[in-house]
Amino acid sequence: MKRNSLKPKGGLYYYMQSTSGIVGALLLLFMVIVSICAVFGWLPHDPLEQNVEFAMQGPSTTFWFGTDEFGRDIFSRSLDGMRRSLTVSISAVSIAGTLGVTLGILSGYLGRWFDQLIVRLSDVIFAFPAILLALAIVSALGNSWYQTSLAIAVVYTPIFIRVARGPVLTVKEMDYVKVTRILGFSSLRILRKHILPNVTAPIVVQVALSLSWAILTESGLSFLGLGTQPPNASLGLMVSEAQPIAAFAWWALFFPSAFITIVVVGLNLVGDGLRDALDPARRSS
Amino acid sequence: MSFGKRTSRILFSTPVLRIGSILTTLFGISVFVFLVLRVIPGDSIAGAFGIETGVLTPEQIAQLRVYYGIDKSLPMQYLSWMQSFLSGNMGYSYSTGISVASLTVKSLPVTIELALIGTILGVVMGIAVGTFSARKPGSVRDFAGQLFGLMALAVPGFVLSTTIVAITANKFHYFPNGYEFMRLWEDPWMNLQQMMFPGLVLGIAVAAPVMRTTRSALLETVDKDFIRTAIGKGVSPRKVQTRHILRNSLIPIVTMTGIQFGYLLGGAVIVENIFSLPGMGRQVLYAITKREYATVQSSVMVFAILFITINVITDLIYRKIDPRIKK
Amino acid sequence: MSKPLLSVSGLGISTVQDPRSLVNSVSFEIMPGEAVGVVGESGSGKTLTALSILGLLPRGVAIAGGSIVFNDIDLTKADPETMRNLRGSDISMVYQDPMTALNPVMKLGRQLLEVIESHEKLDNGSIARVEAVLREVGIPQVERAMESYPHEFSGGMRQRVMIAMALLLSPKLLIADEPTTALDVTIQQQILALVSEQRRKRDMSMLWITHDLGVVANLVDRLIVMYAGNIVEAGTVQEIFTNPQHPYTHGLLSSLPSRTDKSRKRLTSIPGVPQKPWLVGNSCAFAPRCFKATAECTASAPKLVGTLEKSVACFHPMGDK
Repeated sequence: MKRNSLKPKGGLYYYMQSTSGIVGALLLLFMVIVSICAVFGWLPHDPLEQNVEFAMQGPSTTFWFGTDEFGRDIFSRSLDGMRRSLTVSISAVSIAGTLGVTLGILSGYLGRWFDQLIVRLSDVIFAFPAILLALAIVSALGNSWYQTSLAIAVVYTPIFIRVARGPVLTVKEMDYVKVTRILGFSSLRILRKHILPNVTAPIVVQVALSLSWAILTESGLSFLGLGTQPPNASLGLMVSEAQPIAAFAWWALFFPSAFITIVVVGLNLVGDGLRDALDPARRSS
Repeated sequence: MSFGKRTSRILFSTPVLRIGSILTTLFGISVFVFLVLRVIPGDSIAGAFGIETGVLTPEQIAQLRVYYGIDKSLPMQYLSWMQSFLSGNMGYSYSTGISVASLTVKSLPVTIELALIGTILGVVMGIAVGTFSARKPGSVRDFAGQLFGLMALAVPGFVLSTTIVAITANKFHYFPNGYEFMRLWEDPWMNLQQMMFPGLVLGIAVAAPVMRTTRSALLETVDKDFIRTAIGKGVSPRKVQTRHILRNSLIPIVTMTGIQFGYLLGGAVIVENIFSLPGMGRQVLYAITKREYATVQSSVMVFAILFITINVITDLIYRKIDPRIKK
Repeated sequence: MSKPLLSVSGLGISTVQDPRSLVNSVSFEIMPGEAVGVVGESGSGKTLTALSILGLLPRGVAIAGGSIVFNDIDLTKADPETMRNLRGSDISMVYQDPMTALNPVMKLGRQLLEVIESHEKLDNGSIARVEAVLREVGIPQVERAMESYPHEFSGGMRQRVMIAMALLLSPKLLIADEPTTALDVTIQQQILALVSEQRRKRDMSMLWITHDLGVVANLVDRLIVMYAGNIVEAGTVQEIFTNPQHPYTHGLLSSLPSRTDKSRKRLTSIPGVPQKPWLVGNSCAFAPRCFKATAECTASAPKLVGTLEKSVACFHPMGDK
């Protein structure tokens, strides 16, 4: 997902110069570790297990984040929810990224009618607010995790098309590339040597940003009841479930919300850090 | 077929091209919306249609048949839909027997009002914080401003809304949205109270990108040569700020505002839901849960048309502000 | 002897963060009605010196010492309001790039009127005043020009507008930072002629920055040559051109292609690259490239010695062998 730049003094070195980038990476790392724990089931409690006798208790040594109205451990559920959010988001962005970048590069490189077609198609998708479109698609497809993933992928493909297409168009017009074409270099080689390096940086940044949007969209869908279904844990769903009891059990609302916020902040900081690290101008925002 | 010189010039002139471009996009959108909802497995539409005609009258059922293009081939279904839609037949809601068109007429103003309030609040907050931040880049206040922007972005709207509801309704027993919804002309005071919290939540969501745009636009403009010229002429700092710096930073801010407003129209779904506002967002949501495909299809189409319209308007405003662009 | 209009003394300019000296120590005077030219390569500090007079240094760069006295006021210590009052009225400046120096979204007329507005009250006669100056600088169709935007004009025209803006309130001192560098040679000549004429008409002092010795010869009375943040030679145009004392000045003059020299010799150039001001230390900045350099030149920094007519900072001026 994150690739080091191809330059001698690696993008990694510059990335390390940015405090916000490091903070973001740490936050992100934390969430990834947390999710991995959830994947392997290394959780203090079963996220689905109801302990009604302990319902609506605040954070304690047994239940670190407290319990909800069914006595379920909010900590374990938050971790499990984080895992779900990340799974859906990562698969969504992987699909969107791969498809979008491929189409974007092809579109920019081949030009003419193909380019026009792709641009028009992405304009169509851009015409819809993300949530609305995801809603509509999920309503048509269904709400299992891969269907949600697909819905989100559709919504976020156009941005990758745009981000990949831009540098291709710019580079294509550069004199040194025109020369290589005259000299008869194969298109593939031009793509690899000249276009790809210029396209990598903005895409890597966009991946981080799109992941953050995807997580927000996914949790929004779950909140509305159109994502993960109860009794499974999903951060958005947990917030929704916390609605009636929020005034008496603040922990039920706070912790899942904090998880969402932390991972989104982390991804945004990482995105900013990457942008600063990979931008040749190397200016801070 | 070759065109005469004059015909060519008219046909390919900029306004014509642009209108053509917009129409193509709208066409593409309609096809897209149509296809998305046809992905629904098999004969769900026909099936649901057959079973749940609910409270519809025979005439309404007939109109709905045309709307869906039942028993026609796929392309014909699309044409049938387009014809219906363009002539005002947006389908009917099974459960209520009301036409989608009249539902929309009632719900659209609510969403527009909400989106307006959200945008205005967001732009005011965003420009304020953005200007505050840009004054001393890299300073503590800049950090605070950017932190605000980050938080406004990262805390989801539904979290903020839920928190507000929990505090005001449950702790302070103040919940204007618990009462029947009042329109602006029915009971302005109540209406504003009901719009207040959701407007604030949306405003915060809008403030984040506006703040970022304001800040970067200001920072970029401040270093420009003509600012130096203005100072070198002896122009007072206040006038440099307004006439030279702000005026030149406006363009990206206006563009961003337009985009945000457009997104709010559709993105307010969740907020409308939480605060029980009878807007388009809630209409779509309700329709989805009740499997009222006609409503979903028509509403989504309306959203898209609105969004495109707002883009066009923003574009026009943008052209008015920047004298460098030829009309 | 009359009092100098502008007196710069020991001026130093450096970066604010991670301080590096960009201008080491510059001292010169401009008499009323006198035109002084400052010549040097990029990086010599000439532009910064000019900008510092009106307090227009860019972000991250500031005056590090010395004084700039105008009308008995030390501009380096003056408060913002005093500076604002001076700018555009007593001292005016014309900048290098006319394409970016004007506000793109404000009509030209408004930008010009702004000068008057910032110092006096605008009244019915103001527009006429502005139009008169526009005519003087050679702008055609003045009424239309007032209503136009900068992007509707060419570089040469925009620079004329900038000059009009600078001359509007009849400043005592006009500072020009390479105003013709970005323009075509033919336009350049026109602008130079225009400025010359205006200067004589208004009996205005002028500080003209350039990297092109040829440009400045017919324009100014005295010349200052800068290298790596220091003044290396100063004097009347006559003296400098006929009898350059500093090896650098000599090198600059030799590198000018001559119309009359038919020998078809190679153009001479000064070997090496310009020195960075902050790396100079306690030695002659030019020494690494100087054909007359000795050990003495790297042991300590030469001081500017001489009169208003001729002064030089060198241990081995061209005069002696």
